Amino acid sequence: MIEMTGISKAFNGNAVLKNVQFNLKDGEIHALMGENGAGKSTLMKILGGIHSNDAGEIKVDGQPVHFKSPKDAEKHGIVIIHQELNILPDLTVAENLFLGKEKTFGFGILKNKEMDQEAQELLAKLGLDIHPKTRAGDLSVGKQQIIEIAKAIASNAKYIIMDEPTAALTDREIRTLFETIRELKAKGISFVYISHRMEEIFSICDRITILRDGQYVGERNIPETNFDEIVAMMVGRELGERFPERKAEIGDVKLEVQNLTVKGLFENVSFNVRKGEVVGMAGLMGAGRTEVAETIFGYRRAHGGDILIDEKKVSIKTPIDAMKHKIGYVTEDRKTKGLVLDFSIQENVSLANLKKVSSSGVVNKEKETSLVNQYIQQLKIRTSSPKQSAKSLSGGNQQKVVLAKWLGTEPEVLILDEPTRGVDIGAKKEIYQIINDLAQAGVAILMISSELPEIIGMADRVLVMHEGKITGQVSKEEMTQERIMHFATGGEQVD
Amino acid sequence: MTKSSKEMISKLGPLIGLILLIIVVSIMNPSFLTISNIFNVLRQVSISAIIAFGMTFVILTGGIDLSVGSTLALTGAVAASLLAGGTDPIVSMGVALILGLVLGAFNGVIITKGKVAPFIATLATMTIYRGLTLVYTNGKPISGLGDHASFQLFGKGYFLGVPIPVITTIVSFAILAFILHKTTFGRRVYAVGGNEEAAKLSGINADRVKIAVYAISGFLAALSALILTSRLNSAQPTAGESYELDAIAAVVLGGTSLNGGKGWIFGTLIGALIIGVLNNGMNLIGVSSFWQQVVKGIVILLAVLLDRKKD
Repeated sequence: MIEMTGISKAFNGNAVLKNVQFNLKDGEIHALMGENGAGKSTLMKILGGIHSNDAGEIKVDGQPVHFKSPKDAEKHGIVIIHQELNILPDLTVAENLFLGKEKTFGFGILKNKEMDQEAQELLAKLGLDIHPKTRAGDLSVGKQQIIEIAKAIASNAKYIIMDEPTAALTDREIRTLFETIRELKAKGISFVYISHRMEEIFSICDRITILRDGQYVGERNIPETNFDEIVAMMVGRELGERFPERKAEIGDVKLEVQNLTVKGLFENVSFNVRKGEVVGMAGLMGAGRTEVAETIFGYRRAHGGDILIDEKKVSIKTPIDAMKHKIGYVTEDRKTKGLVLDFSIQENVSLANLKKVSSSGVVNKEKETSLVNQYIQQLKIRTSSPKQSAKSLSGGNQQKVVLAKWLGTEPEVLILDEPTRGVDIGAKKEIYQIINDLAQAGVAILMISSELPEIIGMADRVLVMHEGKITGQVSKEEMTQERIMHFATGGEQVD
Repeated sequence: MTKSSKEMISKLGPLIGLILLIIVVSIMNPSFLTISNIFNVLRQVSISAIIAFGMTFVILTGGIDLSVGSTLALTGAVAASLLAGGTDPIVSMGVALILGLVLGAFNGVIITKGKVAPFIATLATMTIYRGLTLVYTNGKPISGLGDHASFQLFGKGYFLGVPIPVITTIVSFAILAFILHKTTFGRRVYAVGGNEEAAKLSGINADRVKIAVYAISGFLAALSALILTSRLNSAQPTAGESYELDAIAAVVLGGTSLNGGKGWIFGTLIGALIIGVLNNGMNLIGVSSFWQQVVKGIVILLAVLLDRKKD
């Protein structure tokens, strides 16, 4: 049992945590929720020995403890599994499991057989059918996530902190992960579960603690609370409808894709998007959705098929071609594909608009500033200055900067790839509103998303992909999670 | 706000280092501060600074150009042989500059179209260009360039009392700083180095940007070659050996990150001056040339370590 009381922490004079409490019973799954910047990660990093607290007390099984390093925390059975996994892809599963605590005969000579044996037993215990000599990088992200848990168990962890563990997992992998977590819970192991996904919290957690602006807001037993109460506690106000209403007029076909094929990734993908329409694209991880988007945008070469804009065939070989045809692409991973993190907000917004903010190749600072200021206001980007670096923004604000970059190009077709991943609930709603405004202005929108409630709440029509093919199309009226999952897992269309 | 002032201090670090270095050297040997010695230092620095300016562009994109020393030798030899053969000095210089541009662009093409790592590609062309120089000169220096006033002035002349190589450096610096900090091309250079994928997905032709920076680097190596050839009134087949390392050192001393995307050309100018003052100062103080290398290496290490500390 862990008790944290009166925890405070400041970085460079900025208070990040103010008198926060948190407790974790043995054998429970405890959700920790709050908007980005609420202090969840800092609180858990204190518990995991990565940061030290300025004030407050931590007790493990009633004994006060002081952690100076993650090693100290580990001695008390506390392990953090970070969002970015610490798996070394070129080592085997067994080597990963024993990383840093290898068994040796002495003089650094490894007891490989014994470790492989133990790894095998541990994997079996977790219900994993994986050979210990498998190269870790060959496993799916979901399996790697479970290997991380196995690593924690191997070091006798009693309290496991998981930060957004399902962000990169498919539905099936999430189910396997949850089974594993439940089994370990039955054995008395506790979990702290940090996530933005409300559905998951209601399906797996026992209790929830909510933070806002570095302060403790409250604690609830999951069966005794509901979605609206938690959201209200998180944002400190009633948020109203989760998905704002849209009154867009759906017009002519704007983008049409015919038999688009990239060998080995997807084949014969055909669909269209009309002006003012939001077409959702659902599917499991690896179904080929992002690849289709990248091909339409000219980032990948198609091996066959056609792209039509306004019913005319166009040749798109590079992103520059796509942009000439007024296509914009808000990429899936804003840190690696969307932003230059060291650039300021302003420089990032200009990136796709360099022609617009310059004359004869010289950047016009005034044009640049006025463009960025327009979008800072329109998209409600929270920043002290357009010169602030993109790196220092929260996930939601970073996402808005990527959106601003593309809005600047005045797109007529906008592809959004996981537009709200890792974005907190308040900013999510703002992004939905932006999408609605664009549709109302006649932009044809293709929205790829792995969050089914989001697809159902936002899309006029959903295309479902499975293993590189469009397996089904679901209209607004018949949209249910079950129906979409049916196609996403390879089910046939029956009409 | 506090962040940007912190950034300012970290940017000015190299300048403060240079000033301290000048103070120390002047105290140990006051003759450092004579006009003739200062011009002497600046004239020496001009050659390495111009190469380092090009290197800054390359490093900002996350690349490296090891071939600059060999490019200098080859373009210098070609200019010298043209002059010795009686070609008009302006034409000779133009040919050398264009050759530098082409040799640099070739590096860029190998790196982008051939998808070869910059280190490997320019390591190979460093050897190739040096080899071509030896073949072209038959391994012998080229002298007897005649006494064309315009060419002589380029390395040895003065304008309003200032050595022309120093003026060439200042003008190059002004033009390049403008390109890097004020133009869309400069912005693209930083974007490609900061996040190539995001840059490409924003409609930037990253390959074209990279080919351009290597071409700039080759062009500037040729410009240095002309200054050097004019000063020596001959071209040596072994000219410019290890100049690439001095250029990289100047860039790094100036605070530009070898990972690309971060840095500025003013820092490189300061970096080149630090190396120049250090070399000259140690000569004045009478440090043996063997120890000079040790000291130079330590200074580079210290600069990088101090830069780390700030993060």
